[in-house]
Amino acid sequence: MSAEPSGRLPRWLRSLLLGAAVVLAVIIYAYGFEVTRVDLEETRSERRQTQLVRILRALARPDIFEFRQAELTVNAPFFMPCPPTPAQLHEPDPLRPYLLVRPGCIEPGGMVTIDGFNFDAGSSGNVFLVPPSNVLLQLGDVIADSSGRFTIRVQLPERSSDSVQTIRVIVRQNVGLPRLTRTATDTWDKIVETVFLALLATTLSTVIAIPLSFLAARNLMIGIRSPLLGISLSILAIPLGAALGTMAARFAATWGPTVAVGIPMNLAGAAVSPLVVYAAARWALPPVETAKPSLLLRAARAVVLVVAAAVALFGLVFLAEFLLQAGRQLAATLGALAFLGDFIFNLGEILQIGLSAGAALVGAGVVVSLTGRLSRLGTQSLPGVALRLAEFVVAAAAGAVLFAGIGAAIGWLYEIADARATLLIPAMFGAVAGLGLALRFGGRGSLPIGLVVYTIARTIFNALRSIEALIMVIVFAVWVGIGPFAGVLALSLHSVASLAKLYSEQVESILPGPLEAITATGATRLQTIVYAVVPQIIPPYISFTMYRWDINVRMSTIIGFAGGGGIGFLLQQNINLLNYRAASAQMLAIAVVVAAMDYLSSYMREKVV
Amino acid sequence: MLYVRNLTKIYEGGVVALRDVSFDVPKGQFLAIIGLSGSGKSTLLRCINRLVEPTSGQIVWDDIDITAAPQDELRRIRRRIGMVFQHFNLVHRSSVLTNVLAGRLGYISPAWSLVNRFPRADVEKAYRQLERVGIADKANQRADALSGGQQQRVGVARAMMQDPDLILADEPVASLDPVLAHSIMQYLEQINKQDGVTILCSLHFLDLVHRYADRAIALNEGRLVFDGLPQEIDDARFKEIYGKEAERVG
Repeated sequence: MSAEPSGRLPRWLRSLLLGAAVVLAVIIYAYGFEVTRVDLEETRSERRQTQLVRILRALARPDIFEFRQAELTVNAPFFMPCPPTPAQLHEPDPLRPYLLVRPGCIEPGGMVTIDGFNFDAGSSGNVFLVPPSNVLLQLGDVIADSSGRFTIRVQLPERSSDSVQTIRVIVRQNVGLPRLTRTATDTWDKIVETVFLALLATTLSTVIAIPLSFLAARNLMIGIRSPLLGISLSILAIPLGAALGTMAARFAATWGPTVAVGIPMNLAGAAVSPLVVYAAARWALPPVETAKPSLLLRAARAVVLVVAAAVALFGLVFLAEFLLQAGRQLAATLGALAFLGDFIFNLGEILQIGLSAGAALVGAGVVVSLTGRLSRLGTQSLPGVALRLAEFVVAAAAGAVLFAGIGAAIGWLYEIADARATLLIPAMFGAVAGLGLALRFGGRGSLPIGLVVYTIARTIFNALRSIEALIMVIVFAVWVGIGPFAGVLALSLHSVASLAKLYSEQVESILPGPLEAITATGATRLQTIVYAVVPQIIPPYISFTMYRWDINVRMSTIIGFAGGGGIGFLLQQNINLLNYRAASAQMLAIAVVVAAMDYLSSYMREKVV
Repeated sequence: MLYVRNLTKIYEGGVVALRDVSFDVPKGQFLAIIGLSGSGKSTLLRCINRLVEPTSGQIVWDDIDITAAPQDELRRIRRRIGMVFQHFNLVHRSSVLTNVLAGRLGYISPAWSLVNRFPRADVEKAYRQLERVGIADKANQRADALSGGQQQRVGVARAMMQDPDLILADEPVASLDPVLAHSIMQYLEQINKQDGVTILCSLHFLDLVHRYADRAIALNEGRLVFDGLPQEIDDARFKEIYGKEAERVG
């Protein structure tokens, strides 16, 4: 065998292996049939086939239109058993619908033939026996033929009576124009809800995903390096800045309402503050800086900027308050358009909620940039030994804070009440890790912090993306209740992860030339993104957003299955109630909307991109 | 004066792009850099404004050590160094005017440029620069609507917006036909002679070198192999720079 050239097995062995492979394949498929319980017997069973036919026929007739139906009742007197003296019966009017019953009387339980004349062609209905007790005993169904006649032979029940009984035919006929059924209007309501659910989710996720996508773009992040001192200071600064921002927002939210009361004052406050902020920014941030300004001037500018930030914060508080009050009033006065007032009220509420989060973000950003400047100053001007010492202290502190934070989160999640285990021990580990890093990477070198952020962002996006919105909605339905809002939140969260990934891949595929050219002009990193990256990514961003809306419309049709509102809720209900005609109407609506979305989005992509 | 001392660049993966290159450029000189593709011309130019981080060596310009400058200092250095690229490197979807105004980004406060606001003086300056290169009427067109020659003029105008003391031109005419090549080179010559801007320009065609450059340096596999007047490049020197197999064209 060793004489054979490598990779060439003898023919008999190859045949044997092939045979074994076939046997193996057969076993694999056999097992597959076994576990998926393939049962062809079921598909041929008559009972199943009748059910299938019933469902298919129901699905083929979506419950959308209906006619108003007129009822026509025609009676024929009848004796059972025959009376001793033949009764005199009225002759029917031959111009109107009438019945002929043969024979005119019979022993209980006998067979009679009923003929109908002069009925409207195609009208259908039921034949009843009405005994003196006036209950309706159904005997059979009839459909009038094209000449308005029908004939039916039925067996009568054993209901004997001495007095006259009645054979009654009740036929129904469609009159007037077709109109929408209740199902159709419900479906319309829900499909509108579904489209807007998708729209809101897409909008929300786009707004969040755009800034995040830059963090997950390798080509932008890979160049970002920072010395250990700067990174450590930032880790310490982020919670500090966020806390300061939150405190400022809380302060403004507490004192704002005491400064301005009522709609006009809040509106005035909201209108004046941007002017003040603009003027302050004009002065404190000169558009062109040619020389390095003096220390005093810089201090004055910093003070003005802080004041401007406070004014801006108060302005936003006024704006939120204005929106809340104006919205409430509009909702009370607008009548049919009250939803506009509610919308304005909701905007105010969103602004109020977003304000402290935004202030925390801005605060963190400001403090981080300040510490960044501090660390640059330190790295440049501190003597070597002092720098190393500062590095050791700060890195240890940062590591301790970071690990203690993670420990606290774990402690909260798993309800560990032991502060030593969740705070102290992680903090010690963190400090040691910080010291280790300082020992290894300290000094004037730099660490690829951009790459670290990139990796973390990617990991989070991938984890979020792998959880389907259908599952997320279960958690959100617990939080905000079953309904479309839970669906919006679930779809948004899932879309943020998907869009951020798609967007960041677009950022990664931009032309590097313009980036290089803008960098060469002395632009800052932020300016480079605005002038070289953003213009290049606008078309793919629009196109991916449209695509995502398309996906979200499709997703929102089934998100109701798990409690996320929209048409899925209705669909699931009707399927469970075996109301296949209604379910069919809803499936039709979904198909129409998805197809329309597809055409619309491809049309818009063509126009915009 | 620009001093380049013992400049070495080794890329990740071990490719040596520059080996121990040293030369000086006096203020106001038009210096041509020649050499084969891959000989390190682009790397050399990009080391000067640190688009490429040198591995070792020193670059000193007007008594400022560029190689040791921290980020904010680098911003102030870069804004005085204009750069012109072989592939123009315009932002295609932005207007010509915005592309030219981008040359001012190093001067204006980041906060204002984020909302696309440039001081009026800068906008006027941008129109003057576009007039100078003869395409003022294209200001509001999208950059990718322009022909190659026009795009490179926008590139030159963008570099001039920086009020540069030095222009790095990385094969500025390699993607253009000979007529356009001369017109772009004439703009650079004008900038060099009238405004006194020092120009470092890598070039492929020796007739362009002869015609426009005050002086030429040559790189071969990252080594400086020639430093002298363009007229001194005779056939023997040519073979030294471009290799034994090379034939002169143009």
